[in-house]
Amino acid sequence: MSTATSRRNLLIFAPLGVALAGGTGFYLMLRGLQDGSFNPRGVPSVLIGRTVPEFSLPPLESSGLPTLASADLLNLPGPVVVNFWASWCVPCIIEHPHLMALHRRGVPVYGVNYKDRANDAQAFLTRHGNPYTRLGMDQPGRVAIDWGVYGVPETYILDRQGVVRWRWAGPITPELMSQDVNPLLDRLRA
Amino acid sequence: MIPEIGHFALIMALMLSVAQSVLPLWGAHRGDARLMATASPLAFAGLVAVGVGFGALIWSFVVNDTTVMNVVQNSHSAKPLIYKITGTWGNHEGSMVLWVLTLAICAAAVAGFGRDLPSGLKSRVLAVMGMISLGFLAFTLFTSNPFDRVWPPPPDGQGLNPLLQDIGLAIHPPLLYVGYVGYAVTFAFAVAALIEGRVDAAWGRWVRPWSLAAWAFLTMGIAIGSWWAYYELGWGGFWFWDPVENASLLPWLVGAALLHSAIVVEKREALKVWTVLLALLAFALSLLGTFLVRSGVLNSVHSFASDPARGVFILGLLAVYVAGAFALFAWRAPAMAPQGVFSPLSREGGIVLNNLLLCSIAAVVFVGTLYPLFLDLLTGQMISVGPPFYNMATAPLAFPLVVAMAMGPLMAWKRAAFWPVLQRLWWAACIALLAFILALVLGGWNALPALGFACGFWLLAGAVVDIGDRSGLGRTKLANVFNRARHLPRAAWGAAIAHAGMGVTILGISGMGLATERLIALPAGGTTQFAGYEWRLDGVRDFQGPNWTSRKASITVMRDGQVLHVMEPSRRFFPVGRMTTTEAAIRTNLARDLYAVLGEERDGPTGQREAVLRLHHKPLAPWIWIGAGIMALGAGLSLSDRRVRIAAPNRRRREAEEAARAGATA
Repeated sequence: MSTATSRRNLLIFAPLGVALAGGTGFYLMLRGLQDGSFNPRGVPSVLIGRTVPEFSLPPLESSGLPTLASADLLNLPGPVVVNFWASWCVPCIIEHPHLMALHRRGVPVYGVNYKDRANDAQAFLTRHGNPYTRLGMDQPGRVAIDWGVYGVPETYILDRQGVVRWRWAGPITPELMSQDVNPLLDRLRA
Repeated sequence: MIPEIGHFALIMALMLSVAQSVLPLWGAHRGDARLMATASPLAFAGLVAVGVGFGALIWSFVVNDTTVMNVVQNSHSAKPLIYKITGTWGNHEGSMVLWVLTLAICAAAVAGFGRDLPSGLKSRVLAVMGMISLGFLAFTLFTSNPFDRVWPPPPDGQGLNPLLQDIGLAIHPPLLYVGYVGYAVTFAFAVAALIEGRVDAAWGRWVRPWSLAAWAFLTMGIAIGSWWAYYELGWGGFWFWDPVENASLLPWLVGAALLHSAIVVEKREALKVWTVLLALLAFALSLLGTFLVRSGVLNSVHSFASDPARGVFILGLLAVYVAGAFALFAWRAPAMAPQGVFSPLSREGGIVLNNLLLCSIAAVVFVGTLYPLFLDLLTGQMISVGPPFYNMATAPLAFPLVVAMAMGPLMAWKRAAFWPVLQRLWWAACIALLAFILALVLGGWNALPALGFACGFWLLAGAVVDIGDRSGLGRTKLANVFNRARHLPRAAWGAAIAHAGMGVTILGISGMGLATERLIALPAGGTTQFAGYEWRLDGVRDFQGPNWTSRKASITVMRDGQVLHVMEPSRRFFPVGRMTTTEAAIRTNLARDLYAVLGEERDGPTGQREAVLRLHHKPLAPWIWIGAGIMALGAGLSLSDRRVRIAAPNRRRREAEEAARAGATA
């Protein structure tokens, strides 16, 4: 009888125990979400932690900018941002001011113009401003496929060694700038 | 100005809820009638304050006040008025206000209808509801203020997301919230009972209608969500075992267990501790759902504005309410002596079995939903738990549940015999067997759908047997039977109808199991034979919507040369947001759905333009949602029972009963 009672008393603590264990787990998940060590949206780019595949792209002649090739992404003085964009892409206009801000702060932003016409791309840069220090034209979209790009805009951050540290599919937002981009750039520069 | 009034009203509501959580509780502890009497007026005042806040928010949306951040992000002047209004709760901040408003309405209802409640219990219940309201108001005001201003105001809002401009999506969340919040009431009753250290029949009589109402709303909310996924997502499925769907299914399962075990408390004063635990669990799981959806820890197709900082706040609330309640449970529950002995084979025994099976299914879903998260946390390994797991793990539990479901209502309280129950159900068993064989032969030897058909018919026949038995079918004249059936308590009808509704839903799901689909590329004018119909693609053309462009196919469905339907599935492209959505075309005749989805267009082998079409034939599909509606209807009917409406017996009788019981045990 007494063992039955004590077992019953133990059982009565079970909900509390489960709730506390679960709560602790959730708390750790939330902490992980904030510092980036826990990400349930499990579509990590295969490129994260690796160097980019080899490529070389033609330049946008009218812009006078140097073009981009995989060789330009090795042994860099600091972290760089690689941005896939197109003139026909509306979210690219939305994220454009953030790229301009990065450019003004001296962060090299390399552009890959995706499935676009040269005239349209140039018109876009003339109208909205040019944030890119290098720009390659990926008209057939081959390089985008090699990188595993979902669609434009898509943005990568590479460290000095050319290793991909961060990737974002979709437009860059102010929250993303303050939570992810700027802290990561600071860390990589340090 | 109006947004400031709304903001102020919410702050007032917060202050009122502080008072509501402290004064009545203190009064009940001290036995101070004046302090206890503050509970109801505070609940009414809280409702007025939250109502003003919610009204102010709706007003801001209706006039498209672009100085309010929330309006800018979620509304647009070009939206139709109805979607401006529904847009109020189509976002995180607004939905929190709606949540609090629903809670305030429930608290006011407890205060208003609870005149017969013992004043101690009533003040404790309202105090607990005040605490819940306090937490969620604080959450709304401190982390997700819907009245935040933006200056200078942008010319117009950004929220013209057409996916959200949908009537299904407009009414689905409020229904779910009413369900969740309904469980806040039963939670408050359970906590109050734990504080008092007493659960009796009157308590059960109060908890049952609330759990019924919450369950009915949750049923409708889940059904509408599933229907939305069926026609909007274009996958042709109705349930995806998506974590967010599971989060709403968990309280539904536990709530179903609760509303049955509350009957046992009411009628037999047994299963008290268990019922209290279920009441705590139902609300804990509702809160867990809120947490999972809004904190961003889940990976789901239903994305909500997720923010880890908000997640921490909700987790804190969860810790206070759930861990607090469970700690109280661990402390006080042992004091509640079980009463009302019953043999395992009895109505009570049947309900215990129902509870165990429902809770086991809930446990399976719970583990399946949370296991990937915790595995990722502990080992960093990414796995996903998909439909095969859930189907495999829940089916063996659901089958005995369904079998017992038809038998339980025929059992006597306290002590029943197996044989008479079987005798009364033998023809239901025959129908089920017949359905099984027929489905097996006609459905191409698919065992699982056939078993489903058997279950569905078993439940339908079981409901008929239940009503027939109660009205004395076979024991008295037919005219008498009809008369008695008409005067059966509505709760009896409600139970039978809800069980039959489950049967209808199971038939629909089994029909889906026999669904066929065909993926085919057709040129314009091309035809194909599928599911006994002739489908002709008349052509694909461009179509311009208000903020999207689309390709729209026109498909003529014929049978024996006669045109039955013209179906127009389309693919929409939204330049803003670069989203493509599929608009499936669905034609139903209640016995089956024809479902067509337009896929890619490509150049065929002959150089002709071809469109890829996905065609589905879904027997009995609409019955899934019709059945859910019937279930909710049954619950509603049971709610309107006279015994529920007069709720708790008046106090004098209760006290007399208690005195008699005390005398008997002494």
